[in-house]
Amino acid sequence: MKKMKKVVCFGLISAMMLSAFAGCGKKDSASEVIIIGGTGPLTGGAAVYGNAAKRGAEIAVEEINALGDIQFELKYEDDTHDAEKAVNAYNALKDWGVQISLGSVTSSPCVATSAETFADRIFALTPSASATDVTADKDNMFQMCFSDPNQGSASAQYISDKKLGTKVAIIYKNDDVYSTGIYDTFMNKAKELGIDVVSTTTFTTDSQTDFSVQLNDAKNAGADLVFLPMYYEAAALILAQAKSMSYAPKFFGVDGMDGILTLEGFDTSLAEGVMLLTPFSADASDEKTVNFVKKYNEKFGETPNQFAADAYDCVYAIYQACKNGKVTASMSAEDICDIMIAQFTTMKFDGLTGNGMTWGANGEVTKSPKGMVIENGVYVGLD
Amino acid sequence: MRALKTINKTSKRNFITIGGLLLVYLAVLALKEGGITSNLINGQLVPICAYMIMAISLNLTVGILGELSLGHAGFMSVGAFGGVLVSTLMRQVTDSNLLCLLVAVIAGGVLAAIAGLLIGIPVLRLKGDYLAIVTLAFGQIIKSIVNILYIGLDSEGLHVSVINKMDLAEGGKMIISGSMGCSGVRKLSTFTFGFILLLLCLIVIFNLIQSRTGRAIMALRDNRIAAESVGINVTKYKLLVFSVSAAMAGMAGTLFAHNFSTVSPTKFDFNTSILVLVFVVLGGLGSMRGSLIAAALLTLLPELLREFSDYRMLVYAIVLILVMLGTNSPTVRDFFGKLSGRIKSIFMKKKTAKEENANG
Amino acid sequence: MEFLSNVINGISLGSIYAIIALGYTMVYGIAKMLNFAHGDVIMVGAYVCFFMTSRYNMPAVVGVLLSMFVCTVLGIVIERLAYKPLRQATSLAVLITAIGMSYFLQNAAQLLWTSNPKVFKSVVGSGSIELAEGLHISHVTVVTILVCVVIMIGLTVFTGKSKMGKAMRACSEDKGAAQLMGINVNTTISITFAIGSALAAIAGVLLCSAYPNLVPTTGSMPGIKAFTAAVFGGIGSIPGALIGGVLLGIIEIFAKAYISTEISDAIVFAVLIVVLLVKPTGLLGKKISEKV
Repeated sequence: MKKMKKVVCFGLISAMMLSAFAGCGKKDSASEVIIIGGTGPLTGGAAVYGNAAKRGAEIAVEEINALGDIQFELKYEDDTHDAEKAVNAYNALKDWGVQISLGSVTSSPCVATSAETFADRIFALTPSASATDVTADKDNMFQMCFSDPNQGSASAQYISDKKLGTKVAIIYKNDDVYSTGIYDTFMNKAKELGIDVVSTTTFTTDSQTDFSVQLNDAKNAGADLVFLPMYYEAAALILAQAKSMSYAPKFFGVDGMDGILTLEGFDTSLAEGVMLLTPFSADASDEKTVNFVKKYNEKFGETPNQFAADAYDCVYAIYQACKNGKVTASMSAEDICDIMIAQFTTMKFDGLTGNGMTWGANGEVTKSPKGMVIENGVYVGLD
Repeated sequence: MRALKTINKTSKRNFITIGGLLLVYLAVLALKEGGITSNLINGQLVPICAYMIMAISLNLTVGILGELSLGHAGFMSVGAFGGVLVSTLMRQVTDSNLLCLLVAVIAGGVLAAIAGLLIGIPVLRLKGDYLAIVTLAFGQIIKSIVNILYIGLDSEGLHVSVINKMDLAEGGKMIISGSMGCSGVRKLSTFTFGFILLLLCLIVIFNLIQSRTGRAIMALRDNRIAAESVGINVTKYKLLVFSVSAAMAGMAGTLFAHNFSTVSPTKFDFNTSILVLVFVVLGGLGSMRGSLIAAALLTLLPELLREFSDYRMLVYAIVLILVMLGTNSPTVRDFFGKLSGRIKSIFMKKKTAKEENANG
Repeated sequence: MEFLSNVINGISLGSIYAIIALGYTMVYGIAKMLNFAHGDVIMVGAYVCFFMTSRYNMPAVVGVLLSMFVCTVLGIVIERLAYKPLRQATSLAVLITAIGMSYFLQNAAQLLWTSNPKVFKSVVGSGSIELAEGLHISHVTVVTILVCVVIMIGLTVFTGKSKMGKAMRACSEDKGAAQLMGINVNTTISITFAIGSALAAIAGVLLCSAYPNLVPTTGSMPGIKAFTAAVFGGIGSIPGALIGGVLLGIIEIFAKAYISTEISDAIVFAVLIVVLLVKPTGLLGKKISEKV
């Protein structure tokens, strides 16, 4: 009987393995397309971000290929928001013959893959991994989004300049790299500017349900502005719970907050008066954004968030650099990498998430965040 | 050959396992050096070694001692962060990668063993699901603590703080920074190092099981009261198993952490503990060989399923369920038994037919 | 006042854990297996209700009933396909299959309903009752506690008095002997799963009414917490699940409010360990004497 068990077990698994192995095969390098690939969480708890980025990039690739000069082929591999799996996903892309990388969508996986792209001399531009460790000491790693310190200090500066609040409370997610990264720099800048931070509380993925204690703490400390450096799902819960305990301070968010208005089933009146700093809003009326939002909606039946917009911009920025640097599909990844570095540190790029973007040699982007406030369920510029 | 005949059956099995493992190692190494295996496979070699160590060490607790543990990843976490801390400190003293890693692995093992002793104390009072939940709780506690732990190094020495980052002097560097974990870790782990570590752990476990101690532990598993009545010291053996198993998990953690440039505390959560438990149960409780095979196959499986793109994890779940049903359900087993019997009989018929032809 | 409001918040959170824990404990008590897919059945229940009430604008009652129906069917199907063939296998083998089932449900949900979060519309409205100045208790909490108590009494009476309930207890004591007494063990266990899954649907609806964030992984963390609560109260004991759930909620809120939000997770689990050290079979668990 015991032998039988093994036979069955081996039979099942080896059948799976064989079918998978047989499917592997290297890309034909003679083809005329430049191969770009990225990793992101396409399954699991963070899947919403990875899928958005993947879709945004897909639309950009389609548009560019339709133009007819440079042809791209795009592949996104699943990393389940895990550094180990991200390296596997990146290796799978490498086996496939990737020439330019879109890094990883989320921060800690991207720190892992950026070390790999650095070692392999493959140029990488991440749409949304905002931690500073992503770009630190790597000359071929660039970011499309603001880095966390940028967001944190810009928020503090904004709050102080516009005198939005006298007593500030912060709620952040302390097992999340993005959230703690912004919190750290916000606090440093706040100290410098003399912002009075009266309450600091946290939550984790495991306790992301009940915020009564955090909100009570802010309320009892008399905070008139609550800073929420987090993604919109948690923010939606906080807004709802604040309302049910009739606590109505000003809420101030960062780019992760974008998407709250298009959350299915969300009562937008809860977000009335919420302010956020974001480089992208799906409600903007410029031609590019309208066109992108329309296409995205047609194709995927939902409104794009900033991850989609960042990834869309990434592909266009790569396109611009390839065009200016005369990159062709037959070049090696290493040659492309050198050209791209030279292009990115000198070029100016206009995209959905900002105009006149430039990159420093450290890989961080310079663009201006827009202050937005939600009025009657839509974004309105704050300036 | 005569020597092989005189030793007992278990030893023979163990020798075969170790020999097989060596052969696989040599084959993989040859393929890797020859540039035949893909990057995807090459990148997985060290993690597979780490998961194999995790699997055999958990098998020691679950299969040999018979206590369910749902927090094994917690020890891996202690080993990973402790190991990175030690290797970063060692870097100040020596330039040798191997020495750094070796000291880090030992330190990771020792730290995890201490954690294992701590968890061993409630073990003495609890059993079954209540013990399982306590191990789960320990895993969660370790995760939350690492999450708020900040350790930095600068010219003035080591700084430790909780909840908030500290200010470091010029040129200082954060080693562990809360939820970010460690980043900028030097990749010191190599396949050969991982393999040797795995082999050592395996030999230790085999010897432990074969020894007088091992027999006492298994007696405890099979019938605690009877074992106690013949004078077996429950406290001693249970603590021993928990700390040995934790130490190995810690070493695996150090090995794992030094294979990636970043390691974050959320990696070692409940899901990872469960994953390792799946290796053990799928491989067969108490069977080290089974654990090794299951760990390797199940680590590779999701990667090889990338062909299915969106359906990848769904297929993985289905395969997992089917394999569990296939190996444990009498109905399915009978079905396959009959099937293979029939195939065998077909072959046999052909063979006999051939023989007849040859004779005729 | 602040103390009282924390107690109420704790009860709100705890009642949610309790209602999930009731389903866990029910299945564990009879079938002696940890159904790790329970949390994901909860998620399915919440999705069904969400689609009924938010997308198709049906009344809440229809949504709840339909989601109970879907979950019951799902529970039976899961039991038939994945757990029944393993009746003779070790409990660990069933545990792993349940984990596989949990992965399956999560990924299937993601493929069917996408990973985009949805905001669940509370089935009992968002109002609250003012107990005293500045002391509110939300309708969801009141309803959850009432439902918990009703379910607890219902289950106790059902397992204590009805014929099927007695059969369940017999199966839980000794499957072999139960079979010899003419009880159909397979049907009994299937019915246990059906009831457990119907309870999961109710729990899912109430969980998402209280904390309206609905994603494919919604059920997993509350599931683990509720499992903890069930063990805390003494797994298998129906009143134990209720008490364990509420206490776990109160401990969690107190740890956040009076010690620190940063390490509240660690504190909750540390308290749990201490309690189990003092009472090794949970608060209301049965002491089983050992025999050689």
